[in-house]
Amino acid sequence: MKVFLKVWRQKNSEDSGRFVDYTVEDISPDMSFLEMLDVLNNRLIREGQEPIAFDHDCREGICGTCGLVINGRPHGPVHRATTCQVHMRHFRDGETIVVEPWRANAFPVIKDLVVDRSAFDRIIQAGGYVSVNTGQAPDGNAIPIQKEEASKAFDAATCIGCGACVAACKNASAMLFVSAKVAHLAHLPQGRIEAKERVINMLSQMEEEGFGGCTNTGACEAECPKGISLENIALLNREFLKACLTS
Amino acid sequence: MDTSYYKVSEKKLDGKCPTGPIENRWKQHKASIRLVSPANKRRLDVIVVGTGLAGSSAAASLAELGYNVKAFCYQDSPRRAHSIAAQGGINAAKNYMNDGDSVYRLFYDTVKGGDYRARESNVYRLAEVSANIIDQCVAQGVPFAREYGGYLDNRSFGGVQVSRTFYAKGQTGQQLLLGAYQALQRQVARGQVKMYASHEMLDLVVVDGKARGIIARNLITGEIERHGAHAVVLCTGGYGNVFFLSTNAKNCNVTAAWRAHRRGAFFGNPCFTQIHPTCIPVSGDHQSKLTLMSESLRNDGRIWVPKKKDDPRKPTDIPEDERDYYLERRYPAFGNLVPRDVASRAAKERCDAGYGVGPSKMAVYLDFADAIKRMGRQAVEAKYGNLFEIYQLITDENPYETPMRIYPAVHYTMGGLWVDYNLMSTIPGLYVCGEANFSDHGANRLGASALMQGLADGYFVLPYTIGDYLADDIRTPKIDVRHEAFDEAEKSVQERIERLLSVRGKTPVDVLHRKLGLTMWDFCGMSRNEKGLQKALGIIDELEAEFWKDVAVPGTSKEWNKELEKAGRVADFFELARLMCIDALHREESCGGHFREEYQTEDGEALRRDDVYSYVAAWEYTGQGKPPVLHKEELQFEYCKPTMRSYK
Repeated sequence: MKVFLKVWRQKNSEDSGRFVDYTVEDISPDMSFLEMLDVLNNRLIREGQEPIAFDHDCREGICGTCGLVINGRPHGPVHRATTCQVHMRHFRDGETIVVEPWRANAFPVIKDLVVDRSAFDRIIQAGGYVSVNTGQAPDGNAIPIQKEEASKAFDAATCIGCGACVAACKNASAMLFVSAKVAHLAHLPQGRIEAKERVINMLSQMEEEGFGGCTNTGACEAECPKGISLENIALLNREFLKACLTS
Repeated sequence: MDTSYYKVSEKKLDGKCPTGPIENRWKQHKASIRLVSPANKRRLDVIVVGTGLAGSSAAASLAELGYNVKAFCYQDSPRRAHSIAAQGGINAAKNYMNDGDSVYRLFYDTVKGGDYRARESNVYRLAEVSANIIDQCVAQGVPFAREYGGYLDNRSFGGVQVSRTFYAKGQTGQQLLLGAYQALQRQVARGQVKMYASHEMLDLVVVDGKARGIIARNLITGEIERHGAHAVVLCTGGYGNVFFLSTNAKNCNVTAAWRAHRRGAFFGNPCFTQIHPTCIPVSGDHQSKLTLMSESLRNDGRIWVPKKKDDPRKPTDIPEDERDYYLERRYPAFGNLVPRDVASRAAKERCDAGYGVGPSKMAVYLDFADAIKRMGRQAVEAKYGNLFEIYQLITDENPYETPMRIYPAVHYTMGGLWVDYNLMSTIPGLYVCGEANFSDHGANRLGASALMQGLADGYFVLPYTIGDYLADDIRTPKIDVRHEAFDEAEKSVQERIERLLSVRGKTPVDVLHRKLGLTMWDFCGMSRNEKGLQKALGIIDELEAEFWKDVAVPGTSKEWNKELEKAGRVADFFELARLMCIDALHREESCGGHFREEYQTEDGEALRRDDVYSYVAAWEYTGQGKPPVLHKEELQFEYCKPTMRSYK
């Protein structure tokens, strides 16, 4: 296979950035998209040019490090897959592919396709946890939890914090990310104790970080590689309303 | 063997294990070691490097106790450490299933599974605290799988005959890590942990014989930083990426551990590496990493190859009586649930004999047709759905309709920095937890035990044992990073970076790394022999020379520079690779993941030599290009008497 790439190159956060064209030949359809970029980068290195900066780590869709906007879609054309799980078999021979970083004010570009997502950590710091010290826990079976509730908590907790929801949103809202954590803990008795403070503090941190508001377009859910449901946002809104009315 | 490769120390290495009845050792040890008062904890700084299960849990727990913690990770967020990718589960001796499990049984299974190359005292402690881990995680909101009655569910895993594995679908590592990460973030918010994400430790600073800090590179700005502390804890994971292709994340590396080794920390059992039996096979030369299919699949999937060599038929067209379910045939008692080392070697044996399947012929089938018949597709989907999805994404094949193709791949390293019972290395004040230490798994780790050990070390062992050391430091003021030891360490880091950048060769780092990996896989992988290992040592020398002559590292040190990061890591992998081969050469026996072809029974099983090799090999660094010194820690087996491991 042969593909034509238009890749966003940006020296650092001060640089204004631009698209640069590359042609990559002899691509196997079984290669992952990132392996195709590896091939290109090794060629650039051999030619004495700067390789394209992109971030990645586990390359199996769970660490949440990688994240490219491919042809306008966060994580590319494959439903429920991260960038590292997209294979070249999903592109046509001779296709032109546009590659960009996540674009959001709260995710400033560090270099080329790498962005700073530390805002997500600060949102978790605002309350995305249960306040229990090591050693305080009762027996694991002391509090039975309905299987259905535990499953819902799990589904929300599978968020990998990649930021695709923000990249997909026209407002660059982090609502799906925040709601996933709020919902994960709201479904469990252990999380109910601090539920009110959690939802209020995490939302206000989201705003402080410069993420936009949610207008329920659902673009986030459509592009989420882990299929985090929009229902979590509805749950967050209920939790928020409850918290405001009762605190 | 030819002993020109290394020297042997006459002094015995002491693991400082308590004595007395094994069930009382940890309790008594905890009661006898010194404590640090809350007022004094406030004055003490601890550096934790790595934020996987061991690092996050240690950093959070130490901060809860009142120590001032600085935590470092190379990832852009501590939540991305590679523990996140662990799939199958975490063991704990809860006996919730009423199937006869106990602390003693978990202890026994782990020592036996490790092929009698682990410390009994450590393993017993691990089994003992395993139950607390589950309690702690549930309290944090880890959404473990549950039964309809609302109680926690368990499943069985390789190498054991009880169900003691707690799980959260195929994402147990993710859920446990997020629990620990959230505990860590809570401490960051309290100001008790200062978090340094996107930072890589490049050297350890030893002041007057004690670990007192690290030199780290800010991976975004390229700045070299000095950080001082009263103690340093390494939780930096394993070194499987020495093989280039492994199930580790791409950036996993040995640098922190190796730099500490060069500063005086002994390296224990480096040749003990685990090859996981169920990974997706290599598809071509472009392959950058391998993906694991959880061992839990072996609970319901059946492994087979055709009875006929080079059978061209589709797997679904091969009738039942023309299939060789070789694990069930060879090991009727454990069948598809034999330990990982046994399952991996059996797959290699079939493929080497010409019965392999798939385009590369280096694969075997893992078949769910029977499970789907027995349980229904829905039940299979509920249990393994996400794993099947991953498989289909990568291979473009539907495992509900055709068997998966799997092959062993490098997954975990039992070897690591040597530590005593307190988890302290041979450098006072340097602690090592999780996969980074030489660990409780002996020569082979059982499934679902890595998560258990990482969290045991971080939540329930280190927070106690580190106090015993820090009790001496309550009058030591803040560590001054202007000390000449910091000057020296920083200078050596700078010089090394400049050296890497000044080569300006033509060969990308990946190309040389791939060559090193292939060499290690061929000669120091699933099976090893003397000739091969000696040959590997020669190739490693050549590749390392080529690396320093021709590596291409573009860009500068003062920016985000992935190639520079990779180059530093691969340079350390060359040195580690050499030590692994020497260790594998010196250990003239087969045990666990270390299979020396010269030492096997008539039917091809591993032949241990307890009379000679019942020890931990702890290697001392003596200088670049100089032979390392072997220190032996003799292992005592008072409870689990070594027997020939049989799963038949």
